[in-house]
Amino acid sequence: MTATAARRPAASGPGAGAAGAGRPSPGPAGARRRPRIPARLRKIGLPYLLLLPALLLELLVHLVPMVIGIWMAFKEITQFYIANWGDAPWAGLDNFALAVDFNAPVGEALLRSFFTTCLFTVLSVGLCWCVGTAAAIFMQDNFRGRGILRALFLTPYALPVYAAVITWAFMFQRDYGLVNHVLTDQLGLTGERPFWLIGDNAFVALLTVSVWKGWPFAFLIVMAGLQNIPKELYEAAAIDGAGVWQQIRRITLPSLAPVNQVLILVLFLWTFNDFNTPFVLFGDSAPESADLISIHIYQSSFVTWNFGSGSAMSALLLLFLLVVTAAYLLVTSRGRKSSDG
Amino acid sequence: MRRFRAACMTATVTALATVVAGCGGGTSTSGDGGADKPKELVYWASNQGPSIEADKKILTPRLKKFEQETGIKVKLEVVPWSDLLNRILAATTSGQGPDVLNIGNTWSSSLQATGALLPWDDKNFDKIGGRDRFVDSAVGSTGAEGQDPAAVPLYSLAYALYYNKAMFEEAGIDKPPATWDEMVSVGKKLSKDGKWALGAEGSNLSNNIHQVFVLGQQHGADFFDAEGKPDFTSDGAVAAVKQYVDFMAKDKITAPGNAEYAQNQSLQDFAKGKTAMVLWQAAASTFKSHGMADDDFGVAPVPVASGTPGTGEQVNSMVAGINIAVFKNSKNLDGATKFVEFMTSDTEQVHLNKTYGSIPPVKAAQQDKAFDRPDTAVLRDTLLESAAPLPQVPNESQFETAVGTAVKELFADAAAGRAITDEAVKTRLAKAEQQMPKQ
Repeated sequence: MTATAARRPAASGPGAGAAGAGRPSPGPAGARRRPRIPARLRKIGLPYLLLLPALLLELLVHLVPMVIGIWMAFKEITQFYIANWGDAPWAGLDNFALAVDFNAPVGEALLRSFFTTCLFTVLSVGLCWCVGTAAAIFMQDNFRGRGILRALFLTPYALPVYAAVITWAFMFQRDYGLVNHVLTDQLGLTGERPFWLIGDNAFVALLTVSVWKGWPFAFLIVMAGLQNIPKELYEAAAIDGAGVWQQIRRITLPSLAPVNQVLILVLFLWTFNDFNTPFVLFGDSAPESADLISIHIYQSSFVTWNFGSGSAMSALLLLFLLVVTAAYLLVTSRGRKSSDG
Repeated sequence: MRRFRAACMTATVTALATVVAGCGGGTSTSGDGGADKPKELVYWASNQGPSIEADKKILTPRLKKFEQETGIKVKLEVVPWSDLLNRILAATTSGQGPDVLNIGNTWSSSLQATGALLPWDDKNFDKIGGRDRFVDSAVGSTGAEGQDPAAVPLYSLAYALYYNKAMFEEAGIDKPPATWDEMVSVGKKLSKDGKWALGAEGSNLSNNIHQVFVLGQQHGADFFDAEGKPDFTSDGAVAAVKQYVDFMAKDKITAPGNAEYAQNQSLQDFAKGKTAMVLWQAAASTFKSHGMADDDFGVAPVPVASGTPGTGEQVNSMVAGINIAVFKNSKNLDGATKFVEFMTSDTEQVHLNKTYGSIPPVKAAQQDKAFDRPDTAVLRDTLLESAAPLPQVPNESQFETAVGTAVKELFADAAAGRAITDEAVKTRLAKAEQQMPKQ
């Protein structure tokens, strides 16, 4: 930058005089000593300069670990090398080959975990959105106690994840848990006490906790989106004879589209990557039915001490999420543009 | 304008300086990393007592005594079992670990392979009084054969059969079972009216491994071949796992609810009189903390297939225990070695093992009268005569997870009422074997 400025004093434009006003114009030698930054560059440069600390921190906190993770995916980092990563031999694409060889046990387990996670995510995001949107629409009308109900609805979102999920883990215990006490002892719905933390029901338990934890966020965002819809629209629709359901379909939902676009994406990413909920519910080894991909990758690295293989799986997951996010944004933006047009 | 620009520059430079300082800060002021000062040590203790707090109360006076003797201050952190291995792995990876730490003795070989722990060659052993001070079986669980141990035995433990005397009397049983056939027949008498004979921790992977390893020995299976390769699907291994899960699936002497136990709930059930027997290591102090008196429960050797406990197929316990290790990159190796010497001294060994209900791996300390009590005598004799160490191979901790999970899943199947066939057991074990890292 300095060199450019020194070499191109003519490019400084009208603002260049500001710094040197009232002084004789310095010769080429003086320009080399005190280089001046062209005003236009200064104008463009300032925001970047101010952003620099944030960019550096972002680099440090997010990008560097990601790059190291990707680097690890190409290394054979097992227990023999974890004390000295530099010595780990290059594995080339071996770690990736192992992860995507779906006929071998490791790849097969990863694929099954991937499908479980997809199903879990679709159901969880769908339910969170439905419950959150329904609650937000009901809360639009002014009635007594609305404030208290709104605050109450947000409680699961405000609670620390660990405290909330460990409480669910206690409630889901077969012999002494509250869930079975209500289902079996009080309502008599099941003959024998079902297990929730092991076996196939674990999926239902995980989904329940996930929706319980996630819907208040959907509620919050949709509620905020609803504030922006002009009341006149509903009044006009009512005069035209539209019922509640038609108003929701024709006014509320289309108006919420931009909000929903972001909401669904965020919920998808959070749910797909959720580690805390299954880890706190099931501990080190999740039952097969609830073996989400984040837990699976954790096990593939920390439990088998094969961090190279775990990193390769993480890199694949990152790639998948990037592709899905890009495709989603592309499709939804195009859809919105065409409907706007 | 110039002043504004100067202000911006100052702000940017300050921010950058903070970032750079932040990066550098980690190395010089590591929160829980090894102590830099020569007169200070960081020690990670494992949770041996009824709670973390209890452990702190037990250990702090000992550390004070060490400080008085040597002038070295020890910063103690008691790490729960659920976190210990991950914390050690993180410390190994980052090089920011404690100076001295406790490890489960079964992890010795796995951690030895990382090269993060100080090898205990003869020179180092001499600093703490020599290798001969320790019981052979305990030293056998400190690392792979043919290599210098990665740690020094600290507390030794063995499995025993704990039984509820009142429940036995009520069911008209006069002595604890000595063979598995007796266990099943006695168990059927005890399992009625919402009460069950034998407790299990079906979702606790390590405990599953300890139980099936011993049954495996009794069936002549080792889980690893002579070259250290996994061999989980041998007939003996399948029979061992099936026998253990069948206590719930076929014999119905273990409550189905135990399939999801992983937090020592079976000990609570025992203390509450809901379960008549558990197979456990040094459980006496836990039972007492749950309100049982010394006379309420009896202790006997773990049953065998037939005959009496001994070596080979008569093995009835793993060599359980805790080892103490030194982080190789500790900046205070000398102090760390001194601390190990202190913790393994005869006096401390008697005191600590008495408090925790474990057996000292130090021969001289074992002679103390405190270890002649009926419950500790069973543990001591088992250790001396009929305990075998878990496989000392680098992949031991992966084995615990893979096979432990297979047993957990089989328990889940059994609890759901599915039949546990040889085929089902073999399929799960084959899957576990495939998950083991290639060698």
